[in-house]
Amino acid sequence: MNFLKSEKNREYLWQVLFTLSIIAFFTFILRNTQSALDKQGIASGFSFLSQEAGFEIGESIIDFFSDDTYQLALLSGFLNTVKVAFIGNILALALGFIVGVTSLSDNYLVAKLSKFYVESIRNIPLILQLFFWYSIFTEVFPSVRSALNPIGGVYLSNRGLYLVSFSDHWFFNILPLIGILSVVAFFFFKKRSIKSLERTGVARKIFLPTLLFFILVSFALWLVAGLPRELSWPTLAGFNFEGGVHLSPEFSSLLIGLVLYTSAFNAEIVRAGILSVDHGQWEAASSLGLNKNQTLSLIVIPQALRVAIPPLISQVLNLTKNSSLAVAIGYPDFVSVANTSLNITGQAVELVLLIMLVYLSISLSTSLVMNIYNRSVTLKER
Amino acid sequence: MRTNILISFSMLCFVFAANAGTLDKIKKKGHVSCGVSQGLAGFSAPDGLGVWNGIDVDICRALAAAIFKDPKKVKFVSLSAQQRFTALQSGEIDILSRNTTNTLSRDTSLGLNFAPVIYYDGQGFMVRKKDGIKSAKDLSGASVCTQQGTTTELNLADYFRANRMKLKPVVFESNDEVTQAFLKGRCDALTTDASGLASERSKVKNPNDYIILPEIISKEPLAPAVRHGDDKWLDVVTWTVNALLTAEELGISSKNIDSFKKTRDPKIARFIGKTIGNGKALGLDEKWAYYIIKTVGNYSEIFERHVGKDSPLKLERGLNALWNKGGIMYSSPMR
Repeated sequence: MNFLKSEKNREYLWQVLFTLSIIAFFTFILRNTQSALDKQGIASGFSFLSQEAGFEIGESIIDFFSDDTYQLALLSGFLNTVKVAFIGNILALALGFIVGVTSLSDNYLVAKLSKFYVESIRNIPLILQLFFWYSIFTEVFPSVRSALNPIGGVYLSNRGLYLVSFSDHWFFNILPLIGILSVVAFFFFKKRSIKSLERTGVARKIFLPTLLFFILVSFALWLVAGLPRELSWPTLAGFNFEGGVHLSPEFSSLLIGLVLYTSAFNAEIVRAGILSVDHGQWEAASSLGLNKNQTLSLIVIPQALRVAIPPLISQVLNLTKNSSLAVAIGYPDFVSVANTSLNITGQAVELVLLIMLVYLSISLSTSLVMNIYNRSVTLKER
Repeated sequence: MRTNILISFSMLCFVFAANAGTLDKIKKKGHVSCGVSQGLAGFSAPDGLGVWNGIDVDICRALAAAIFKDPKKVKFVSLSAQQRFTALQSGEIDILSRNTTNTLSRDTSLGLNFAPVIYYDGQGFMVRKKDGIKSAKDLSGASVCTQQGTTTELNLADYFRANRMKLKPVVFESNDEVTQAFLKGRCDALTTDASGLASERSKVKNPNDYIILPEIISKEPLAPAVRHGDDKWLDVVTWTVNALLTAEELGISSKNIDSFKKTRDPKIARFIGKTIGNGKALGLDEKWAYYIIKTVGNYSEIFERHVGKDSPLKLERGLNALWNKGGIMYSSPMR
């Protein structure tokens, strides 16, 4: 019995027993489910994914028609989730940052307004807010035939927002790519500026060269493309507008709801982060002759971010997961499409597993990226 | 809603295994668990006092009458189109009586068995009168509101694909949301079964502002469903529906059934349990059919009460008349 006398061995034994019982538990569930499904003659397995879906999806980034497969339908729903989560998180972080900073402002009115915003928004359940924003579209805005037209090329109705856009020309399609290149260029110019600051004491300009880069590259490509100028105007054709960019009421109200709700939490996190910075830092900065804005952007916020980023990561994940409330207001996100598929195929086990798997991988990859960023801003002790 | 699916999911994993002997289980617990809609006037909807009413509801009441001699021994579970099959598969309900279309894939890969059809329906479209739409063929490019996970959603896609028209579907989980979205103008057309359209139209403030288009684009035989693997229970449901039709055919109604006590007609004697045999075969009381008709009424009474001339829907019998009166309702012989 020497083996059990060692405390380390006993600890290992417990861990092994625990792991085994978990494995046994899940094996039991799996086998029980399989035998029960077989007994009732319910189809199982993932072969349905390559069958024809048979339903249409209201809005989709990729081309999807009812004769495409379930696989493509689920991909389309997945991309809709990613779309609303990606745009939503950028806006929620930006808005949360602004509200968080202004809630600490010396201006009484601004500070109180920010407080009011935070307290009212984060204390109302998200689903109610979604219904509210959706009802704004259906109740307040006029029908598509008498759409509001505040300025040329903008139409607002209960079918959503239609905007004038660039026509479908390869030059316009690669514009976002040039934008991404410009961001890369921005970091390049920033690095160069810091290098020059360290060597000569004079910082070089960052924004101007970035802007010039963007304009020159775009202009050059525009010349190459043969000066395309056509715009795509939304025009009333039959039942709905055709052409332009369309933001559906479902997408818009989901985005607005998610952004406002999450930004209230983000604002509190940013505020807490700023307050966590020691008062001595403000005093030290002002004794160096920095003004309030410089103190905030150069001294306080970099230190506040270290505290704020880990909880902000969980808010990013929260927004992503909350986007699954989309089904309540008819936005075809991943859960909605998976639910429809579930109902047609009846393969609840497989599809619920898929839903869980997809959200798990979205969350894990988001937190991976955010954690890498977090590591880059944490205090580096030398 | 998500939690519902998760609950059903976990039930699928655990409860599942015990599925035989539904009738014995029902007798033991003292009531029938009946899956119904979230409110579709004429088929299953609660009234002002919270009492469920409708054709689908009466099928469950008839079952309770056959098993317990008391049509009130039913617990209704209100389900969205989404939840209905999982609820049945997982054993949360004993019977799904929820304007559900019998299709091949539901009968097979969903693991369901359907009793005889209780209402022959077909899918139609409702539009606003002022839009000037005359035919479903005019709907290319239209936004159409429909309920998620229904045969309606699939037929809609099929119809637009077959006619090479452009479709902008707007789908919601609950029937109420679908109707509201249409009434508020989010969609140009509302599509569901023709009876459902009539039901929704009967509820709006100005029914005359809306028209139902002439096209019927699908066949929707609505039937109660039970789980695979319990033939005895399927038999009870099947013959309960047949009893309703047979009673109408034999001219037996809730009002006159007691006058047949001394009947010499062998068909009627078998029906009301004077000649014994049918009850034992089904595992029920010999007077099971008597209690159904006495307490719930025959098919004609149920139909007229909920969707026919005594209801706001005012639907014609049409296909749902008996086979010898121009319809296709036909019960197998009860012997």
